[in-house]
Amino acid sequence: MKRTLLCTLLALSLAAGCKKKEASSEGAAEAKGAKPVTIQNIGSDTMVNLAQAWAEAYSKAHSKISVEVSGGGSGVGIAALINGTADIANASRQLEPAEEEKITKQAGKHPTEHIVGYDGLAIYVHKDNPLDHISIEELSEIYKEGGKINKWSELGVTSIPGAKGDDIVRISRQNNSGTYHYFREHVVGKKNDFKPGSLDMNGSKEVVELVGRTPGAIGYSGLGYATPAVKFIRVSKVKGEPGIVPSIATVLDKTYPIARPMFMYTPGDPPAHVKDYLAWINTDEGQKIVEQTGYVPLPKK
Amino acid sequence: MTSTFAETRFGRTRKRNELIAKCVFGLMASLLIAPLLLIVGYLVVEALPLLSWDFLVTNPEGGMRRGGIWSALLGTVYLVTLSLLIAAPVGVLAAVYLNEYAEENWLTRVINLAVVNLAGVPSIVHALFGLGAFVLFAGIGRSILAASLTLAIMTLPVIIASTKEALSSVPRAFREACWNVGATRWQTIRGIVLPNSVSGILTGVILQVSRTAGETAPVMFTGAVFFKRIEAGDPFAYSIWDQCMALSMHLFTITTQVNDAPHALPYATAVVLLGTVLTVNATAIALRVYLRSRKKW
Amino acid sequence: MEHEAIKVAPSPQGRVEAAPRGPEPPWRRRPLETAGEKLLEWLIRLCGVSAILFVFGIFFFVFREGAGLLFGELDLARFLFTTEWYPTSNSNVRYGVLALIAGTGSVTILAMIIAVPFGLGSAIFLSEFCGQRTKETLKVVIELLAAIPSVVWGFIGISVMNPLIQRVFDVPVGLNVLNGALLLALMSVPIMVSIGEDALKAVPDSHREAALALGSTRWQTIYRVLLPSAKNGLLAAVLLGVGRAVGETMAVLMATGHAINIPHSPFDPVRTLTATIAAELGEASVGSSHYQVLFVIGILLFSITFAVNLAADLVVKGIKKS
Repeated sequence: MKRTLLCTLLALSLAAGCKKKEASSEGAAEAKGAKPVTIQNIGSDTMVNLAQAWAEAYSKAHSKISVEVSGGGSGVGIAALINGTADIANASRQLEPAEEEKITKQAGKHPTEHIVGYDGLAIYVHKDNPLDHISIEELSEIYKEGGKINKWSELGVTSIPGAKGDDIVRISRQNNSGTYHYFREHVVGKKNDFKPGSLDMNGSKEVVELVGRTPGAIGYSGLGYATPAVKFIRVSKVKGEPGIVPSIATVLDKTYPIARPMFMYTPGDPPAHVKDYLAWINTDEGQKIVEQTGYVPLPKK
Repeated sequence: MTSTFAETRFGRTRKRNELIAKCVFGLMASLLIAPLLLIVGYLVVEALPLLSWDFLVTNPEGGMRRGGIWSALLGTVYLVTLSLLIAAPVGVLAAVYLNEYAEENWLTRVINLAVVNLAGVPSIVHALFGLGAFVLFAGIGRSILAASLTLAIMTLPVIIASTKEALSSVPRAFREACWNVGATRWQTIRGIVLPNSVSGILTGVILQVSRTAGETAPVMFTGAVFFKRIEAGDPFAYSIWDQCMALSMHLFTITTQVNDAPHALPYATAVVLLGTVLTVNATAIALRVYLRSRKKW
Repeated sequence: MEHEAIKVAPSPQGRVEAAPRGPEPPWRRRPLETAGEKLLEWLIRLCGVSAILFVFGIFFFVFREGAGLLFGELDLARFLFTTEWYPTSNSNVRYGVLALIAGTGSVTILAMIIAVPFGLGSAIFLSEFCGQRTKETLKVVIELLAAIPSVVWGFIGISVMNPLIQRVFDVPVGLNVLNGALLLALMSVPIMVSIGEDALKAVPDSHREAALALGSTRWQTIYRVLLPSAKNGLLAAVLLGVGRAVGETMAVLMATGHAINIPHSPFDPVRTLTATIAAELGEASVGSSHYQVLFVIGILLFSITFAVNLAADLVVKGIKKS
């Protein structure tokens, strides 16, 4: 009978699945058994390409460990840590005290912070845009709720080839993004909110791509996401200063004003295999991958 | 409309209006074909540099920028198979109940209304439900099992509705003939009704394959990951308690997150996804045409 | 794909009433067989009731997660009628979904404006004007159009429609209401065509024959006889298309620009209710007010689609009566 056959198949596959689960949870301590031990790594979209590169390289070298990477935004990673569904959370911003409390309550231990690299938050405009420097104050006026700068002419830019109209098209990120939170804290102002009407993109790459297609746009994203269709503009802390170009050097010597550390959080003291992974990230091999992916490696000790 | 009388001006106007109407509506219908062909054509052309058998069976490498999509393809296959294995029996039996056993009372009406409404629930609400009920409440955790259960609930109402259609298209006369020779209800169903509606049921189930394969939101929250390493070319690499990669999610993340990817990569992923879906649908349609031609009534 | 067509047009054979069991010679049937059949019947009943369990399960669950906020501190007036949506603000948390409702509404309405003429026009063409061979081909094409997954539509919106709209209409940004509406129209046309065609087919041939006998052309028959009699089914087709458009998530997430904005033109970017939940759900930790308010949006969505489906269902009952 068709249905009986289907039911039997279903039951069999469930049983097969059950067996494998037990093997892997027993194997966690000894890395025994056919299936590799998994490390759940969830979080920042800014870091997702980097996390994936690490996972790939590490898994090649250590076949017993399988690192599973998910994006979704720093907020997603932290929420996963609170829900207990992640081993490591990637975050491109620091943990808020309220979140720390929640994690402590959930896991029973204080979350541990590991800095794994740095990222410069670059301000991108279309490559044909004549603007080449901006101050944090002006950025704030563009992006914050109630901010006064809405048109390119207010910044002294008279015309952008290909742009339709004078309005500044603001490109931003969605509020699950650590980049969004970092930008709000350090540029817009912690107590302020973003001006509505910005195009809130899903991922770091989308921001840059959209800026590349939209001559009248401005956006912020990680330094490693640049494409030939956009350009960096120099950022200065105060209006009138010449401003600094984002690069590995200027992030490391802290002259670039909007650079941030990239964090990986674990609940309390992580188990041995997770510790090994984090230690490997800090080695030269791990940090070389940071540089290759377009981020800033930890300063050499 | 020919006339044995001489053509009048009135008649000519009407003929002309008729022609205009025919052209306008025909144009509208053909404007449906145009986008489909243009879009599919454009996608295929942009994807050509990457399409090959290797692309299907190698894993993504170099940060998704090289290699193929094997892990995502396998994940999608697992999700689709498991969710249909769950939804098809339940759906067919529920439709059998609704069409053959249920009396015309308020309970049946409520169930019918429930089925129609379940079909209209946005996929994101299914994702919410899957996350809360299967991942968290039932403790299954993010896994292929949780994602398949969520997808099964999403496709259940359509399977029920299409099976009901198929069942009710079997003429009453057949059933009456069975009762007259003394068969019980179940014997009637098993012997006459089901075999004669198999084509409709099968088509309904197979058409859900395309929907399940294409859904992103429900699997994003219940079991799909951005990256997971599995053995390339091994069809049993996942277990149902694992998370998996999925073609739909892969396309989404490549479009929004992976920079420096070769230009053809998202197009190639879209083409593979589209190709799988369209092939399965075409098979369903061919199957339906074949089975319908074999019908003896 | 969000929402497959449910054929709500009446089926020709109708439902089956209770089958008479009839007398059965007791020595012919073994006790195990009878018990087995009873068990099967119970299994079947269980499956039938499971459908209702699931729908109420979903509604109950979504409601339960959002209820805390909905009946607690949520200011319903501010929720529904302000445009400020700042759930993660550090200083001033505001939950106002008016802009999101405007986003969903504008994209859906524009999509229907595009889709209804094409959908109904094609339905009329399929049922009245074309030959058997063309009909089969067109139906296949339409089903294939319906099979394209929503994430592929979203990808098309970003990579194909975006630059196209920028160039053709000379506007700054191509991710906007128009982009989303075009995609939604292409997604909901197949439902409208298939149900609309069923509705037109259901009009008895006697109507057509009577009109022909009176000397009308095909167009006149359609215009004066068929459309009025099939209007309930056609309306149901449109409502189901609307239901699909409102519930769509991935395509609008990628193609509308996701900006909180009440649109003043079809070239403004907007954000829909569904896209908001999809974008923010992962971040909200379980039980927080952000998490709860997303479920309240889910309740809102569920109610909208429920109302639309109920309307379609009632409208079709109108056909059954007449």
